[in-house]
Amino acid sequence: MKDGTIIRVTGPVVTAEGLERAKMFDVVRVGELGLVGEVIKLQGTTAILQIYEDTTGVRPGDKVVNTGQALSVELGPGLLTSIYDGIQRPLNVLREQSGDFISRGLVIPALDEKKKWEFVPSKKKGDKVAPGEIIGTVQETQLVSHKIMVPPGVSGELKELKEGKFTIREVVGKIKTSTEDVDVFLATKWKVRTPRPIARKLPPDTPLLTGQRVFDTFFPVAKGGTAAIPGPFGSGKTVSQQQLAKWSDSRIIVYVGCGERGNEMTEVLATFPELEDPRSKRPLMERTILVANTSNMPVAAREASIYTGITLAEYYRDMGYDVALMADSTSRWAEALREISGRLEEMPGEEGYPAYLGSRLAEFYERSGKVIALGPDSRVGSVTVVGAVSPPGGDFSEPVSQNTLRVTRVFWALDASLASRRHFPAINWLTSYSLYTDDLKGWYQETVAKEWPDMRAEALGILQKEAELNDIVQLVGYDALPESEKGAMDVAKSIREDYLQQSAYDAVDTYTSMKKQYLMLNTILAFGREEADAIRAGAQASQVSSLPVKVKIGRIKWTPEDQVDDFVKGVMTEMDQQFGALVQEVKV
Amino acid sequence: MTEPVSYRTVSQVAGPLLFVEKVEHAAYGEMVEVTNALGERVRGQVLDAGSGLAVVQVFGSTLGLSTTGTSVRFLGETARISVSDEMLGRVFSGLGNPRDSGPAIVSKTKVEIVGSAMNPYSREEPSEFIQTGISTIDGMNTLVRGQKLPLFSAAGLPHNLLAAQIARQAKVLNSSENFSVVFAAMGITSEEANFFIRQFEETGALERTVLFLNLSSDPSMERILTPRLALTTAEYLAYERESHVLVILTDMTNYCESLREIAAARNEVPGRRGYPGYTYTDLATLYERAGKIKGRKGSITQIPILTMPADDKTHPIPDLTGYITEGQIYVSRDLDRSGVYPPIDVLESLSRLMNQGIGPTRTREDHRGMADQLYASYAQGKDVRALSAIVGEEALSETDRKFLKVAERFEQMFVKQGVYEDRSIEQTLDIGWKVIEPLSDTEIKRIKPELVEKYRKRTTPQ
Repeated sequence: MKDGTIIRVTGPVVTAEGLERAKMFDVVRVGELGLVGEVIKLQGTTAILQIYEDTTGVRPGDKVVNTGQALSVELGPGLLTSIYDGIQRPLNVLREQSGDFISRGLVIPALDEKKKWEFVPSKKKGDKVAPGEIIGTVQETQLVSHKIMVPPGVSGELKELKEGKFTIREVVGKIKTSTEDVDVFLATKWKVRTPRPIARKLPPDTPLLTGQRVFDTFFPVAKGGTAAIPGPFGSGKTVSQQQLAKWSDSRIIVYVGCGERGNEMTEVLATFPELEDPRSKRPLMERTILVANTSNMPVAAREASIYTGITLAEYYRDMGYDVALMADSTSRWAEALREISGRLEEMPGEEGYPAYLGSRLAEFYERSGKVIALGPDSRVGSVTVVGAVSPPGGDFSEPVSQNTLRVTRVFWALDASLASRRHFPAINWLTSYSLYTDDLKGWYQETVAKEWPDMRAEALGILQKEAELNDIVQLVGYDALPESEKGAMDVAKSIREDYLQQSAYDAVDTYTSMKKQYLMLNTILAFGREEADAIRAGAQASQVSSLPVKVKIGRIKWTPEDQVDDFVKGVMTEMDQQFGALVQEVKV
Repeated sequence: MTEPVSYRTVSQVAGPLLFVEKVEHAAYGEMVEVTNALGERVRGQVLDAGSGLAVVQVFGSTLGLSTTGTSVRFLGETARISVSDEMLGRVFSGLGNPRDSGPAIVSKTKVEIVGSAMNPYSREEPSEFIQTGISTIDGMNTLVRGQKLPLFSAAGLPHNLLAAQIARQAKVLNSSENFSVVFAAMGITSEEANFFIRQFEETGALERTVLFLNLSSDPSMERILTPRLALTTAEYLAYERESHVLVILTDMTNYCESLREIAAARNEVPGRRGYPGYTYTDLATLYERAGKIKGRKGSITQIPILTMPADDKTHPIPDLTGYITEGQIYVSRDLDRSGVYPPIDVLESLSRLMNQGIGPTRTREDHRGMADQLYASYAQGKDVRALSAIVGEEALSETDRKFLKVAERFEQMFVKQGVYEDRSIEQTLDIGWKVIEPLSDTEIKRIKPELVEKYRKRTTPQ
C-alpha cells in the first residue's frame, strides 16, 4: 500500500492523492497525529476520506497511510460490560490514556489483550468442524457463557485444540482445511458493514417481553423484530428505551447511544452496573455492551457506531442468544449521513438528506431477525432492533421517520401531550401499532390465557370509543352524554390511569409480569362489565365511579407480584359486593 | 505549529469569506490575521484548507478589504485564549479582547477554544440540587449542577429578567463553595448587556463574573467564537480553579444565524430553513461542554437563552437545542399577557435531570409526587378552561370546576412571584399543597397516601 498526501481538508472530510490501490471503506490514518478515517469515495487517484476524529490543525501536504483493512470490530470474550466509542475504542482505557477529554489519534485494542480466559473445549483433535460450529466455551461473565465458534468460511479437521487459560492473542487450536492450516483464537474480527452469515431466517413467533404493560399487552414486538420509537423531545423516549434495556427478556443488550447527550450516557453508565438482572440478581452490565458516541464526538464515528453495534449484536445472536439492540437515536445517525453527504457536495434528496437514506436504513433494520445460526446444531438466536427516531418539531412526515416506518413493524408513538400531563410511558394508544399481533397470537393464547387476544381487542375498543366520545364532549359537554356512555368513559379512564400509566421509578410498578398484566386487565374489564350492567339497572355513572373498590383497582399496580393474586381476589369480591349493594339501592 | 506566513494573494471576497490563493499548507482551523490597505487588522480562521487555495472566514467586517491591497498572515496555530484568574470581574469583546479599561490577559495557560469531547466515562452524573428561588423551576423543573437547561423565549418576553434572577439567586443548599458566572452575549443590544452588568454589580457578583460581549452592532461573525471563548474560560475556572460555574449564553438564535450566514456564503447544501446540516453537531459542541467530571471539584451549568422566531417551538433552533439540552424552561406569551411573572409554562417545560436532584435526602420526600400532581392537575385544569370557553362554566361538572380552580390558584400562587422573591424549596412545596387544597384526597392520585397524610395535614389543619 502506498502512502498518499492530503490536498484538501473541510471539517470531517479530507481529500487525498496518491493512495494507490485504495479500496472503498479502507481504514486510513491521517496527518501527524494519525487520525482514524475511512475511504468513502474514489475518483481516479484521488480518494475522499471521512475522518472519525476532529481535523482541526490537519493541513494539505500531510501524509495519509492506508491500512488496507475495512473498518472492523474485534469479537471475543471481554465485550460484555464494555463501553466503547463509535469505532470500538474502550472509553475507560481512553480515559486512562488521555484523561477526561478525548485526545486524538489514539489506537487502543477493543479487548483486553492480557487477560487470561479459561477455555473449555467441546471438541477434540480429529473432529470435523463446519463454519459456525461451537468448539468450546469461555465463561465471559457469570451470566453469559461465550461460545467460541469456527469462523464463517472455515471448515475442515481439528488438528489441535488446547484446554486451559489463554489470552485472546494466543492460539487455542488449528483447523486443517483443504488448502491450509487455520489458527483459531478466542477473538476474531469482522467487517462492520457486512452482515454476519446465517443458515436461515425464522418467522417471528415469540414476543420480547418487557414488563411494560403498554408494550406487552397492546403493542408487542417479536423476538427478532423491529420497532421504532419516534418521539418529540421531552416525551420520555430515553426512559422508555432504558426500561426496555433493563427489563426485556433478552439475554444480551447492546445499547448504542448515537449522537445523544453525554449526561444521558453517564446515567446509563451509572445505573446499569447498579441494576440487577431481575432473573439472576447479577449486575445488568454483565449482559450489556454500551456503544457511546455522544453528540459532540466526531460525526463520522457516529455514522459508524450503528454498524459497530449491530455487528456486536449479530455475534452474540450467532452463539444462540436473544439479543436486543437499542439505537438512540437513528435520526442523529441520519444527520451524520447528511452532514457527510453535504461535505461531499452530493445532490441532496428530501430535506438535504442523501438519496440513499432509505436504503441505508432498510439495510440496517434488515440485520435484525430470528435466525438459525451457522453450524450443525441449528441453534436459534435473535436480534431485536429498537430504533429511536427524533423527528424535528415532532413532525412524523420528515424523511427519517417515514423511511423508518417503511421498514419497522412496530410503532410506539410517543406523544408530547401525554408526557406534558405526566401520562408515562407516553405511548399514544390510538396511533401506535404492532404488526406482530397475529404472529404472536398463538403464543399469548398458550402462555397467558385463551381469551387474551379478545381482552386486548376489547380494551383497545374501549379506548377507541373514548376518543370518539371525547369529540362529542368537546361540542356538547360531558353532562349531555347518556349515562351508558359516561360509564364507557369511566372504564376508559381506568384503563388509561390504572393500567397504561406505569412508573419507571417505582420499585414494584416498574416491571409487570404477564400474569399480573392479565389479572390487572381482567379486573378492569370485569369492572367495566359490571358498571354497564349497573347503569342498565338504573345506576348513575357518578355513583359507580365513587365506589370504594375503584381506589383499590388503582392500587393493583403497586402490589408486589407475590401478593397480587390474593389482592386481586379481594378486589373482585369487594367489587361484586359493592355492585350488588348499588343495584339494590337503585332498585329501592 | 509552523511559523507565521503572509500572503497577498486574495482572489475573492464574498460576504464573510476570503479566498486566498497559492497558499501552501494552511491547516484546517488555523487562525489568520487579515490586514487591509489602511493597515486595519481583523482576525479570521481557515474553513477549507486545500493545497493552493484556503478559504478564510473573517471574524469582523469585510469593509475595506480588497483583492489587491489585503495581506493575510497565517498564524500557524488554531484559535486559543489566555486564561487566568485575572479574568474575573472583567469585560471582554466577542473575540476575547478587553472591552473595559483593563489590560489584556497575559497568562502561560493558552487553551484551544475548540474543546475536545469529554469522555462519557469521565462524566459524573449531575445530582446536586440548585435552588433558584423560583417555584416553577425548583418545584417542577429542577436545575442541578452540571445541567444545561435553556430558556425558550421569544421577542418581547422577560427572559433577561428571569435569567438575571436565576444568576442572582442560584445556590446549592448547605454549601459555601467557590462560585462564578461566565456570561456570553451574542448579538444582544447594549441596553440588554448593560442590564446584565448592572444586575451583577448590584448583587456584588460582578467580581466573580467574566463577561464576553458581542453586541448587535458588532460583527456577526465574531459570534461563532464568543461562546467558545466563554466555555473555554468556564472550563478553566471549573476544572483548574475548582469553581462552580454558571454559564449564560444569550442569544443562541443570533449564533445560529451567523452559522447560517457562513454556510450560505460557502454555497453549502442547506438543511431545514436554510440552516446548515451540521447545526445539530455544532450546537452539541457548545452545549455538551456543560457537566461535571469524576474526581474534580468544579462544574459547569449552562443556561442558554434563545428567542424562538415567531414563537415557533418547532423552528430548527429550539428544536435542535431541545434535543441536546437536558430539558427546557418555556417562557410563555400567554402567561406574560395575563400579567404573571415569571411567565413559565410548566406544561411545555421539562428538566430531564430533575429526578437525580430531588427526593428525601436532597429536597423533600413529597417533591416528586407534588410536581406530578401539579402537572397533572394543571393540565386537566387547562383542558377544562378550554372546554368552558365553549360550553360555559355552568355546564361543567363539579370535578371540572375544582380543577379549573386549581389551575387558577396554580398560576396566581405558585407560578407568580416577585422579581426579588427568593423562595426556599420548602416554601415552594408548601405553596403546592395550598394550590391543591380544593382537591379531595382521592383526587390526589400522584402523591403517595402516606405523604398526603403527612404533609396535607401539616399545611392545612382540618
